[in-house]
Amino acid sequence: MSDSPLPIAAAGSPAAGGQYLSFRLADEEYGLDILGVREIRGWQRVTRIPRSPPFVLGVLNLRGAVVPVMDLRLRFGLPQVEYTVTTVTIVVAVEDRLFGVVVDAVSDVLDVAGDAVRPAPDFGAAVDTAYIKGLTSQGERMVMLLDAARLLATDEWAATEAALIAVDAEAA
Amino acid sequence: MATIDLAQFHQTFFDESFEGLDAMEAGLLGLDGADADLVNTIFRAAHSIKGGAGTFGFPEVAAFTHVAEELLDDLRSGKREATPQLADVLLRAVDALRGMLTRARHGEPARDAESDAVLDDLRSQLTGAPSAPQPSAGTEVALAPPAATGWDVVFRPHPQLLRTGNDPLRLLRELEALGPLTVEPEIERLPALQALDPESCVLGWRLRLDAPVSRAAVTAVFEWIEDDCELAVEPIMSCSNEPETAAASPVQQIALVPPRAAMAPAAAAASGPLAPAAPTRARVVAGRGDAEAGSIRVGTDKIDQLINTVGELVITQSMLSQLGERFEPALLEALRAGLVQLERNTRELQESVMRIRMLPIGTVFHRFPRLVHDLGGKLGKQVRLDLHGADTELDKTVLEKIGDPLVHLVRNAIDHGLESPERRRAAGKPEVGTLRLNAFHRGGSIVIEIADDGAGLDRDAIVRKAVERGLIADGSSLDDAAVAELIFQPGFSTAAVTTDVSGRGVGMDVVRRNVIALNGHVGVRSRPGEGTTFTITLPLTLAIIDGLTALVGGESYIVPLVAIVESLQLKPGQVNRVGSGGEVFRFRDSWLPIVRLHALFGCADAITEPIEGIVVVAEGDGRRVGLLVDALAGQQQAVIKSLDAHYRRIEGVSGATILGDGSVALIVDVPGLARLAQRRAAA
Repeated sequence: MSDSPLPIAAAGSPAAGGQYLSFRLADEEYGLDILGVREIRGWQRVTRIPRSPPFVLGVLNLRGAVVPVMDLRLRFGLPQVEYTVTTVTIVVAVEDRLFGVVVDAVSDVLDVAGDAVRPAPDFGAAVDTAYIKGLTSQGERMVMLLDAARLLATDEWAATEAALIAVDAEAA
Repeated sequence: MATIDLAQFHQTFFDESFEGLDAMEAGLLGLDGADADLVNTIFRAAHSIKGGAGTFGFPEVAAFTHVAEELLDDLRSGKREATPQLADVLLRAVDALRGMLTRARHGEPARDAESDAVLDDLRSQLTGAPSAPQPSAGTEVALAPPAATGWDVVFRPHPQLLRTGNDPLRLLRELEALGPLTVEPEIERLPALQALDPESCVLGWRLRLDAPVSRAAVTAVFEWIEDDCELAVEPIMSCSNEPETAAASPVQQIALVPPRAAMAPAAAAASGPLAPAAPTRARVVAGRGDAEAGSIRVGTDKIDQLINTVGELVITQSMLSQLGERFEPALLEALRAGLVQLERNTRELQESVMRIRMLPIGTVFHRFPRLVHDLGGKLGKQVRLDLHGADTELDKTVLEKIGDPLVHLVRNAIDHGLESPERRRAAGKPEVGTLRLNAFHRGGSIVIEIADDGAGLDRDAIVRKAVERGLIADGSSLDDAAVAELIFQPGFSTAAVTTDVSGRGVGMDVVRRNVIALNGHVGVRSRPGEGTTFTITLPLTLAIIDGLTALVGGESYIVPLVAIVESLQLKPGQVNRVGSGGEVFRFRDSWLPIVRLHALFGCADAITEPIEGIVVVAEGDGRRVGLLVDALAGQQQAVIKSLDAHYRRIEGVSGATILGDGSVALIVDVPGLARLAQRRAAA
């Protein structure tokens, strides 16, 4: 495990070949650049964080660091399910920040050639493609390659904060 | 003689030089009368900087300091009187030197236009007629009509000179900083090669300095080794006033290489010019620039204590491991005792390590005399600065970050707080205003007070401004605390005219933000006509707090012990409802609002009736609130982990900590909670 700047940022370009950790989420398959993955751990209870967006489940102790964990189903607006034995938290690093994503199950490590990555088509308003940096196929399966930095983008979180302040105002 | 890489001492040189500059500054600010001790202190500081700069290869710094030193020498010998103008020029020289040293530290050229301008000022002070002109014959060479155009110096160090740690090369370099120098070695004492002792200095030098400097300047170079050498300094007189310096002996104008060779004469031929070595040194300096913030000076007493504690820890550890090897139930008591001791050792070790990071706040305070001096002069106000508690120690990180807010508060106090001498006189107050800075420990916190005896906050102006800015509605009635609170609002500044001192839009809100970022609080008290006091409360360290674990709906929160006044269980009837929503209860002589932690943090399954749970009376920002929690689960030390390292700041939460079972608990920020609750109530 190195603390050097991660190649995740470089992987933001459309032709993003390399190794990906694939995982399942609501019957679809997604991939995260493996160079950004720090750890995979079984689901453990986290400490809830107040005044946070609903998809932020809380924080966990990663060898002394307090790391936020988000539920990717909630992040993508998918229906919530009970956590099972296969539910895992993937700890991902973006620049020097760590965060955990809870997914249904990890599946595989994929070798993806740069020219095998296709840009995500526009699905319309139903699916937000901002988090997806490309699509690739593994045999019959389609794998959506995620942009970890986008997952962590905080502008939406600021919006949540604004909403909370509005709630404060209404609460009284 | 082995070549020593001088770069390894650069850090120390810079540290000491900056300290020296601080001492000079402090001395110059106090330089009102003819205090010989003070002048000597200033002189010594300048002299050390010059010497160090010469030794470590910063000739520009040495040359600059030299000129300042000459002025100081005149002061010291009574040839010149300490006038405010002179003190001002010297203060600017201190500033310029700081700049030069900073640049030198980063491997940049030390000189810049600014330093050159100050140097010119220094020189013109020096050549301008001294205010007490009593040229004692022979010494006042620069001005006396039969001026010496230079000096012939015979310098024969005693053989043991090198053993005392002195380097003749350094002296020659220092001399060269004064002007063009011609060096001629005397090799008469040089023994045969096999008899040569590399540690004795067998060379002497005949030096010719072609610069019209004072004799004192020349002898000062040799001041430290007066007793270790033969020294003769003779003026070179010239009938014509033409300074025929460089042309005098072009052949002998040798770069200062031979002196080094002289220390090991056999190596003379091999010794190349020094110039190629210089870039190497510059690189080293640049390489260290990154680490400069990482150094800290620690007193030996602290280190000794640390070693003692570690020693005890080792003893405890070996005792416990012995116990473990042949453990039987009968030894349970001994095991318990051992664990208690381990706990004590650990705690002591923790405290000792923390103490290493603690520095006296005086290092921040010392910049204020200068600031007050300059600002008071600029604004035409007379200010007396009272500094108290400069020895109070606080964490280095806190110390580094509290400087700017303090400077801001001091500027504010002089600009807005203190009145002009006329107005003070009219109000029947002494013309000289007093600004008092006081630092002290209270509980687990450091308190810094910035108090002025000025006019106090102008209530009407603040309210008017707040209405203007739309911060409050016109005609709202506010108590004094609420009015004072307004000045901490973003974009609030009452200065009618924007001066270069204050009123630039960054205001008290920035101060408050900075202090809050350090887990501290800032408050203000003001009495009309009597003055304003700002109080900054800071944690002793950013790393560890003592806290009480509070349970709310199955979750644990840590409430900092410093914030807790009392915990109590309310009885039915003690809770009153104010208006539509707010609940209050009587605590001693006041009514405190009940803040429901579960509501602010959105905890499910928590106790919602105040009389069923525990109310923790907590204080922050000068306000007291009653926090409603389910239960308390004991006291513990919490190592603070920042939430924004990987996540973000959460209002009402100052950080997180790891509990004994490895789970994370949040540390509540009492003032933040109080503000949050107030915002909800106010809406």
